[in-house]
Amino acid sequence: MNKLNVSLSPHVKDKDSVPKIMYGVIIALIPALLVSVYFFGLDALRVQAIAIISCILFEWLIQKFLIKGQNTIPDGSAVLTGMLLAFNVPANLPWWIMVIGALVAIGVGKMSFGGLGKNPFNPALVGRVFILISFPVQMTNWPKISVLNFTGIDAETGATPLAIMKEGLANGEKVSDIMSSMPTSLVDMMTGQMGGSLGEISAIALIVGGIYMLWKKIIPVHIPLSIFASIALFAGVMNLIDPTAYAGPAFHLLTGGVMLGAIFMATDMVTSPMSKKGMWIYGVGIGVITVLIRVWGAYPEGISFAILIMNGFVPLINNSIKPKLFGKVKEK
Amino acid sequence: MLKTFPKGGVHPAENKMAATAEIQSLPLPKQVVIPLAQHIGAPAQAVVKRGDVVKTGTLIAKASGFVSANIHSSVSGKVKKIDNVLDSSGYKKPSIIIDVDGDEWEENIDCDPALINDLSKTPEEIKQKIMEAGIVGLGGATFPTHVKLSIPEGKSIDHIIINAVECEPYLTADHRVMLEKAHEIMLGTSLIMKATGVDKAIIGIENNKPDAIELLSKIAKEYKGIQIDTLKVQYPQGGEKQLIKAVLDREVPSGGLPLDVGCVVQNVGTAIAVYEAVQKNKPLIERVVTVTGKSVNKPINLMVRIGTSANELIEAAGGLPDDTGKVVNGGPMMGKAISDTNVPVTKGTSGILIFNTQESKRAKIYNCIRCARCTFVCSQGLEPFNLKNIAEINDWEKLEKEHVMDCIECGSCSYTCPAGVPILDYIRLGKSTVSQIIRSRKK
Repeated sequence: MNKLNVSLSPHVKDKDSVPKIMYGVIIALIPALLVSVYFFGLDALRVQAIAIISCILFEWLIQKFLIKGQNTIPDGSAVLTGMLLAFNVPANLPWWIMVIGALVAIGVGKMSFGGLGKNPFNPALVGRVFILISFPVQMTNWPKISVLNFTGIDAETGATPLAIMKEGLANGEKVSDIMSSMPTSLVDMMTGQMGGSLGEISAIALIVGGIYMLWKKIIPVHIPLSIFASIALFAGVMNLIDPTAYAGPAFHLLTGGVMLGAIFMATDMVTSPMSKKGMWIYGVGIGVITVLIRVWGAYPEGISFAILIMNGFVPLINNSIKPKLFGKVKEK
Repeated sequence: MLKTFPKGGVHPAENKMAATAEIQSLPLPKQVVIPLAQHIGAPAQAVVKRGDVVKTGTLIAKASGFVSANIHSSVSGKVKKIDNVLDSSGYKKPSIIIDVDGDEWEENIDCDPALINDLSKTPEEIKQKIMEAGIVGLGGATFPTHVKLSIPEGKSIDHIIINAVECEPYLTADHRVMLEKAHEIMLGTSLIMKATGVDKAIIGIENNKPDAIELLSKIAKEYKGIQIDTLKVQYPQGGEKQLIKAVLDREVPSGGLPLDVGCVVQNVGTAIAVYEAVQKNKPLIERVVTVTGKSVNKPINLMVRIGTSANELIEAAGGLPDDTGKVVNGGPMMGKAISDTNVPVTKGTSGILIFNTQESKRAKIYNCIRCARCTFVCSQGLEPFNLKNIAEINDWEKLEKEHVMDCIECGSCSYTCPAGVPILDYIRLGKSTVSQIIRSRKK
């Protein structure tokens, strides 16, 4: 007779696994990826490919030669970091900046801390913010969208709605005048017809991905909802106080990286709180900091910074918010 | 909305293949091995010796102390020897080995299946009968029933809860006895109510057993004070604390007992054993065991004499499949894997579950990705990932402060972990160390 396995209970396990979660997020990114190819052509694919290949390569090299551990590429997290990193940069970004971004994301953001699950900050955002600060010109040189243009000769660039708003307000213009002179309407922002990073432009595509992840129970609804609600509330109150100096909630929700950040970046399990209550605090923090930076800060967009700042608070949040013990007895 | 416990829980695939298989009696084995320790508490002391002739139902080992239980011969025959024999715990334990020569019962046992509905015995008489019959909790915990029914001074209870949840996947023994011995359950429940002086009993059943719910609800009207509660399917609802929370919305305090919230919980099988002990003088010498598994030829429910080798049960289910990788004594969530199939069925054996090689492999382990699913499924309100991390660094003091002793070892955390981390293995290690520390502190 065969020798019997005598491991401890439980003897059954549900089917979910780390790779399934990672590939689930990757599937959820596909609608936004298709929109980016539709508007930015082959450039979008080129940047994606460079980011993914660099992330895989750097993780493999670090794991093999520095950490000297098992190959971790099959868990899917390097591919996901690469995709998210590419989603956060302009489609015409020079290849070598993308490679540096990938090195910082994987090397500093993830592997320095021990790899998947150990990093305190979202690796893709660490890479993104590093290259944003190091190469501000290339990182804010947004290509103009053009439908299904695969020739690659369209080198025209333009500003994002957030940059137009910031500059207009700095020149003393009224919000309503800036909005009417803007080349993009709120509907265009929903579908993705605006300047911006390659994966952040279409709110609809990102929301479709978010709904898929909610259905597959990959992300909790609390984080995106609290970010949206706090941005809408904060921007809405400011807009009510002075409609000429502060843009409304719809503008803030649909522009820049709010959709991408709230649905895909802030919900990273590794770097977000582990309790429902903690998720609300974290989400509200991200929303408030985003609006603060956008309205009063030096940068037109602030969600990347906001998420990284709140990532830093996660250990504190986790330590202070504990689940309620069953049958808790009051301490005498 | 169906009742259930409010926080945590999982819903594993039910796989109740044996649910439609009527209980069959397993033919008598040639030999039985009856361990002296098959209950929680002190092992019983043998009162027979080599060469003694015993009948079915003869007392062969006496309870040693209050928290202990009598043991009776499950067959008639001759005591071959008293020796250390491998049991389902994986250790060799003192056991009485009896060569079977027939099935001659003790004269005072009433083998007539006619129902006896008689509540004239006093609570003391009922408890005495239960104690003499060596009845222990048949749900798997095997706590001596007479101890559970002795309400200490200063405590009072108002409800008996009958645990008919059978939340473990695969197992169907309780389901079958509800369908086949419904009246005995009601009569046993009435006796337990009498013994504890309680006039309300609730039988909690999950709604994946609609036939049992229908049958028991119908006949419950004939009995005073017994109510059936249909519960949503949710593991670990068969845990005492979760069941009390589900049916009465009372929370057993941390470190406390169901007594502290006015309840005593008994398994359905135990209720039948109580009825048979009190009205028929029948000691606990047999029980229903489910033999099942996806690779098993013929999943069945068997009425088995205590001490029968698991091998005989597996043969009755079509034999051990060739690619068997693991055999579990009990259910898939809390049962114990056995190292050898030649171990005796004891009072706590609710099932023999067979997994093939593929099913018996553990999942690949990844780094924890802090998804918090273990915390969300923990019905005790603990943070399993945290307990695991603390246990791993041997910080026992911190582990105790984080309430490791409140863990009921239901396994929902390990079951749900997408990183395949065996969280409960570490928590068990921590629990046993912390409980040793607590015991040595009390000395």
